[in-house]
Amino acid sequence: MKVRDNARRIQPGPLEYTRQAWMRMILLATFVFLYTPIATLVAFSFNDSRRNIVWRGFTTKYYEKALANDGLIEAFVNSLSIAFVSTFISIILGAMTAFMLWRFRFPLKPLYEGAVTLPIVIPEICMGVAMLVFFARIGWPTGLPWPLNLGQIAIAHVSFSFPFVAVVVRARLASFNPEIAEAARDLGAGEWAVMRDAVIPHMRPGLLAGGLLAFTLSLDDFVITFFTSGPESVTFPVKVYSMVRFSVTPEVNAASTVLVVITVTVTALALWIQNKQSSEARG
Amino acid sequence: MTGDLGSENRTPADKAIIRINSLSKNFGTIQAVDGVSLEIQAGEFFALLGPSGCGKTTLLRMLAGLETPSAGSIIIDGEDMSRVPANRRPVNTVFQSYAVFPHLSVLDNVGYGLKVTGIRAVEVRDRAEAALDLVKLEGYGARMPDQLSGGQRQRVALARALVKRPKVLLLDEPLSALDAKLREAMRHELVNLQETVGITFIIVTHDQEEALSMADRIAVMDRGCVRQVAPPAQLYEFPANRFVADFIGSVNLFEGIVSAVDGAEMTVQAALLAAPLRISQDKGFAPGTRVWVAIRPEKINMTKLGVGPALRLGDDNQVEGIVEEITYLGDFSTYHVRIARPTGLVKVAAANFDRATLRPFTWEDRVVLRWNSNSGVVLDS
Amino acid sequence: MARQRKHPLVFWVSALPPSLWLFGFFLAPLAIVWVLSFGEKRGLIDVEITWTLANYVRALDPLYLGVVAKSLWISGVTTVLCLMIGLPVALGIVFAPGRWKPILLFLVILPFWTNLLIRTYALIAVLRTRGYVNFTLEWGADTLGLPFEPLALLYNNAAVVIGLVYVHLPFMVLPLYAALDRMDKLLIEAALDLGASQLRAFVTIVVPLAVPGIISGVILVFIPALGSYLIPDLLGGTDSQMIANVIERQFKRANDWPFGAALSFLLMYLTFGALAIRSVLAKGDGGLEAK
Repeated sequence: MKVRDNARRIQPGPLEYTRQAWMRMILLATFVFLYTPIATLVAFSFNDSRRNIVWRGFTTKYYEKALANDGLIEAFVNSLSIAFVSTFISIILGAMTAFMLWRFRFPLKPLYEGAVTLPIVIPEICMGVAMLVFFARIGWPTGLPWPLNLGQIAIAHVSFSFPFVAVVVRARLASFNPEIAEAARDLGAGEWAVMRDAVIPHMRPGLLAGGLLAFTLSLDDFVITFFTSGPESVTFPVKVYSMVRFSVTPEVNAASTVLVVITVTVTALALWIQNKQSSEARG
Repeated sequence: MTGDLGSENRTPADKAIIRINSLSKNFGTIQAVDGVSLEIQAGEFFALLGPSGCGKTTLLRMLAGLETPSAGSIIIDGEDMSRVPANRRPVNTVFQSYAVFPHLSVLDNVGYGLKVTGIRAVEVRDRAEAALDLVKLEGYGARMPDQLSGGQRQRVALARALVKRPKVLLLDEPLSALDAKLREAMRHELVNLQETVGITFIIVTHDQEEALSMADRIAVMDRGCVRQVAPPAQLYEFPANRFVADFIGSVNLFEGIVSAVDGAEMTVQAALLAAPLRISQDKGFAPGTRVWVAIRPEKINMTKLGVGPALRLGDDNQVEGIVEEITYLGDFSTYHVRIARPTGLVKVAAANFDRATLRPFTWEDRVVLRWNSNSGVVLDS
Repeated sequence: MARQRKHPLVFWVSALPPSLWLFGFFLAPLAIVWVLSFGEKRGLIDVEITWTLANYVRALDPLYLGVVAKSLWISGVTTVLCLMIGLPVALGIVFAPGRWKPILLFLVILPFWTNLLIRTYALIAVLRTRGYVNFTLEWGADTLGLPFEPLALLYNNAAVVIGLVYVHLPFMVLPLYAALDRMDKLLIEAALDLGASQLRAFVTIVVPLAVPGIISGVILVFIPALGSYLIPDLLGGTDSQMIANVIERQFKRANDWPFGAALSFLLMYLTFGALAIRSVLAKGDGGLEAK
């Protein structure tokens, strides 16, 4: 770190770009650009006016309206259900993938690794199209009762979520001390006991962070869900989309704010866990 | 409770608890261990010593069952354990990183090896607590590993291994991660622990001080082979070859040819010395054999020319030189004396009996070096 | 790491479920779409796979080629704008005092966590004729006594670009930050010491060292922008259609699934092409990878 003596505190030094006015202006302008839209959206969810432009007073009535909107609530419940199912399956599949890639060598491994990363890289619309065509082609049953009618969406969500979980868990496994597994074996543990007592405890923070990531990915998804959902299986973002297209009221703002709060909280939690695990003392 | 652990393991003295026969391990084209044969006695404190890459850790891991030998066999207490997996051997390991399970408490860590072999919870707890007492960690049972210091974690690892009452305890570089003060204390503790418990200890180390001070016998290894197995003193005073002579402590090696053998005495003509070397050692070398005479720095007597007896013509075991370098180490100093160019530097170590200002030697002094006929060792490899 | 033969049971138990899922619910669907792209419509729903290339040929029709070209153009402009804004921002964060750095980074990435749909919707309120930008400009014009004509910032290409920049800016800042943060500040001091001006030092020292970050950022912005659907859909006008919108139309309205399938795969080939260029460029830089 550089030491600055008091004499130079008045004028910023040549490298202290950030203390120069123009840099600060740029940063400020950028942050204003990034946050104004969201901030106004949240603010105007409390606006007592249908037209959403001029502030007319504080009210929570649009939140009440949103809560009373059956379609919206149903969509929200659908989104949560799908998110939980998708997260659960993604964690399991992602953990297996990460473990298998970390532990074993096998022929064509780079090809396999590429295939697992494909869902992350592929444009969302291509995946949405693939899911739509697939379910139509194989004649996936339609008109199933809730919650089975959410199956298509959940499957699609798992497909693009579990590689993310795998990436997170694999990063966590990279810091595993192999002597811990050897110690377990040395003390008498069989193969599965070593997994249970040495590897999985180490994976736990990665599983948690990966699971939270999968949860937000599922909750927020629009494009893929748009292609795999039907009139009977609407999710929250899809519902908000139709509201945006057809009637722009503060109700949409209210619903959006709720979604934003949920996602941000969950993601912050995931980040916090990851931070904690990276500063944990090594055994 | 301290004598409780290990009483079942007191096999009769001089019985080899481990027999290693022509053990080899190669990783692809790399020969890590090359045809090693060793016998380790029950109740011994044994050390595997050598530079990094010599194969000592691989050998230890094969004893633990963490590596499968490419060839050869390992017999532990009469049974061939070469293909027995690690979790079924009566051998336990203290790892270099201690490998304490971070998510388990200290007590759960220590009891882990008992729990996975199906021992009742009550017995697990009692034995684990006894083990903690043994390593002086009583009362630490409820703590988590991240609350412990490195030294404490090591004791947890020790307790965890010992609680299983293994026939052999393996330790991989046990002192390397500790600071100097702690290292010395731990040295004593480990030796005492071994005596109390009576189990065979095998340690792997690259630090000769560690090996010399702790072990009953040391196997010096180099590039996959054992170069010598002996108690510390014998290793130091009577190295079997140049590698061991040079690896343990420092040594002066004079290359020469055996010129005469007279009963138990040998005369060697060295290239760098005008006077011949006379060594009383009965090794059976024939005249004409190329040998090296190894003399330790502290065995050489140095006197200033004109002060002590001068070089006497016809005498052996003497040489004249000039002091080129002095290294002051507090309790003694080492002097590098040049006896010939371009090679020919002899290292002499002398205790600083006199205070610095009174010492007779300084740079550029002409000196005479002398040693006794039983000060050196003749080596042919 | 062990060979899978050492513990076959463990290997297969951990490999089978994800592989089956990947194959059955991802690769197989993609394969079906690929096959579909070689099909022809027979009636309202039926499709016959005739292994024709007609769909791909049709994609090269000036109409659709125009859409592709426009998508590439819009994505390109977006990327350039992100770079122009992102580089100073990244620099600003790199040279910020220590305790500000994580805060600033967090502030940059926080908007990314909010739903894309919601961010886009929020932009509408900002950009439309009676939106905040125009309000501010109107207020400014009134204060200065100037005549005011509201800017048409919505439902056109400009809106799409603004939206794409808005959404993808964090993806440019982060890799740039990562690359620049690794830079040894002493190098700049050395340049200044040797007599270079601030600007010269910046251009000759900072920029070349930031190149791996620039490459990463460009890819992280260009590829998603190319395949974006929501932003052109909600913010764009009738002539701001991008590839994804055309694809969506084939499946939802025009009901021409084979053609949509062909377009999807074309988009994928474009995506992989861009990724391939990136690997080539990254290797050419001596393997300096910035994430």
